[in-house]
Amino acid sequence: MDAVLEIAGLQKTYRSRKGVRRALDGFDMVVEAGQVHGFLGPNGSGKTTTLRTLLGLIRPNGGRMAILGQEVPRHLPAVAGQVGAIVESPQFFGNFTSYDTLSLLADAGGVRRERVDAVLELVGLRDRAKERVRTYSLGMKQRLAVASALLKEPKLLILDEPANGLDPGGIREMRTLMRNLSESGMTVLLSSHILGEIQLICDQVTIIAAGRRVAHGSVAEVLASHASSSVRVRLEPGIDLLTAAQLLRAKGAQVDLGTDFFTVGNAGNPAQITRILAEQQIYVSELTPTTADLESVFLELTGTAPVDGQNRQVDQVAATAQGGWGQ
Amino acid sequence: MSLYKAETRRLVKRRFTKLFTVGALLILVAVAAGVFLTNHKAGPDQIAEATAKAQADYKQSVAGTEQMKKDCAAVQGTSRANEFPPNCEIAAPSESDFNPDWYMPPTFNLKESFRDMVTTMAAVLALAAFVVGASYVGAEWNSGGMMNLLLWRPRRLQVLSTKLAALLVGATLLTVVVAALWTAAFYGIASARGTTAGMTSGVWQSIGLMELRALALVLTAGALGFGLASLGRHTAMALGVAIGVIVVFQFGVGAVLEIADAKFPELYLAPFWVIAWMNKQYIAENYNACNYDVTGSCQPDTLTMTWQMAGTGLIAILVLVVGAAMWTMRKRDIT
Repeated sequence: MDAVLEIAGLQKTYRSRKGVRRALDGFDMVVEAGQVHGFLGPNGSGKTTTLRTLLGLIRPNGGRMAILGQEVPRHLPAVAGQVGAIVESPQFFGNFTSYDTLSLLADAGGVRRERVDAVLELVGLRDRAKERVRTYSLGMKQRLAVASALLKEPKLLILDEPANGLDPGGIREMRTLMRNLSESGMTVLLSSHILGEIQLICDQVTIIAAGRRVAHGSVAEVLASHASSSVRVRLEPGIDLLTAAQLLRAKGAQVDLGTDFFTVGNAGNPAQITRILAEQQIYVSELTPTTADLESVFLELTGTAPVDGQNRQVDQVAATAQGGWGQ
Repeated sequence: MSLYKAETRRLVKRRFTKLFTVGALLILVAVAAGVFLTNHKAGPDQIAEATAKAQADYKQSVAGTEQMKKDCAAVQGTSRANEFPPNCEIAAPSESDFNPDWYMPPTFNLKESFRDMVTTMAAVLALAAFVVGASYVGAEWNSGGMMNLLLWRPRRLQVLSTKLAALLVGATLLTVVVAALWTAAFYGIASARGTTAGMTSGVWQSIGLMELRALALVLTAGALGFGLASLGRHTAMALGVAIGVIVVFQFGVGAVLEIADAKFPELYLAPFWVIAWMNKQYIAENYNACNYDVTGSCQPDTLTMTWQMAGTGLIAILVLVVGAAMWTMRKRDIT
């Protein structure tokens, strides 16, 4: 499959009086044609900086980027007509109507005016098209932003948090729209915090943390690569769970107690669990690998899982565990 | 071309543009109406009335002088004699002291007064162009519209230059139309409430050139507002600088120069440069100096501020501000 978007070793450093901050530190990403590609990362991880750099709004300090086979930002004017994008929150001039806003963009980009009505219909703003944008809710502005990105019938659609402010019906509509666009041959790069949505509609994902790619591949691959580290353990009836848990904790296992089971979170070698417990005449009745969801994988990879009693700061990333207990 | 058309549409569609354009036009209409209402045609009736008034005042003055002479003669030898000139030498008024021209109602002389009206028009339109220019690009930056546009047209300098071109072409069209209407209106006012005498082709040519300088002033003001707002990426930047210049440089510097007894404070004050630009020159005078002329009278030092000097200054400021706006547009990240 052809790569519609390629990023290699992208670097962006912000310098201020407070010091130097590396927003992107050798970031890589590949998006293939016809995919819905999820772009995930915690706040401040470099997602929006990546998108802005890709779209020529920010100058990178290093690295290479290409859209539809053309090096950007050098050849961005040549490919801009094939890239529809919304970056961060939708921003429009409040005193214009959505029809005015889109028709001005259409004029500026040399797009047929008929497209304006078509995209307004598509995003459900047809009946509100003559109202000023300042009267719109956040969700309606979001729909308008998506409409503006679709106006030029792009080959690559870049959407930064498109579901922001949408009601549940709107989120579902947006999901269907993404899927339909993808099926029509459009490639969609979707940045979002709604991991359930990403898991539902994305073919591939890239996860960024602290300006670097920490995982990429299909959703199934990313989940699979982190699914085996946690197992659920049930014991024979009548055995004290707490005693067993303390035995394993004493050996370095991370144990979470449930009602009639416990979970070992860092079980790199599940045989170790059965051996330790069997030595104390405790026998396991069930040992099941737990299925990781995208949220838990995301939190683990980005080191942003909440910790009791701590207020995590935006740029604060916990050290991720290397390997697993018992290996 | 499509971008230029879109930007022209955007500029014309903006409420702020409409509001300030209409506001400027209303001010100009009010000025023209004021001039019309306070001036009157000097016809035979007005001349006869003024002559009669002058004669009446002359006769009243002669009678008053005669009465004063009689009063003076009556009090000679008493203590009240000091209240009158010695020997009752009271000069009789001359008829020429009561010129009927001074009794004429104000009348609009196109040749003498229209230049001030052109300066008024230039000042009003320049102010409107500055604010509209600042708001046009400032609101685009502030609302995120500029970023949206750059996603469509990722050539930054082309986008900013096209916006500036749309503004300047719009301001040119407005100024040319308003100047034509303004000239026609005051020709009409002069015909109805004054005189158009002395309007030779040379005078019309001079007025035409003055209106061209008015156009240049309007365009410079628009470009400055645009450039400053683009530099600060907010309308308030341009308005803040304008207020700062007025408060600090005009009132502040004016006061300091007054205290320091500077020779030619006008040299540092923008309004005098605008006058020099519009009227081709402004002669600043220093009344603290005394230069005796051939007749022995005291003449002040003078400094002539020419339109060439004013034009050079305008171009320098324009290049600096618009150049800086273009440079930052090219270099700065858009976040």
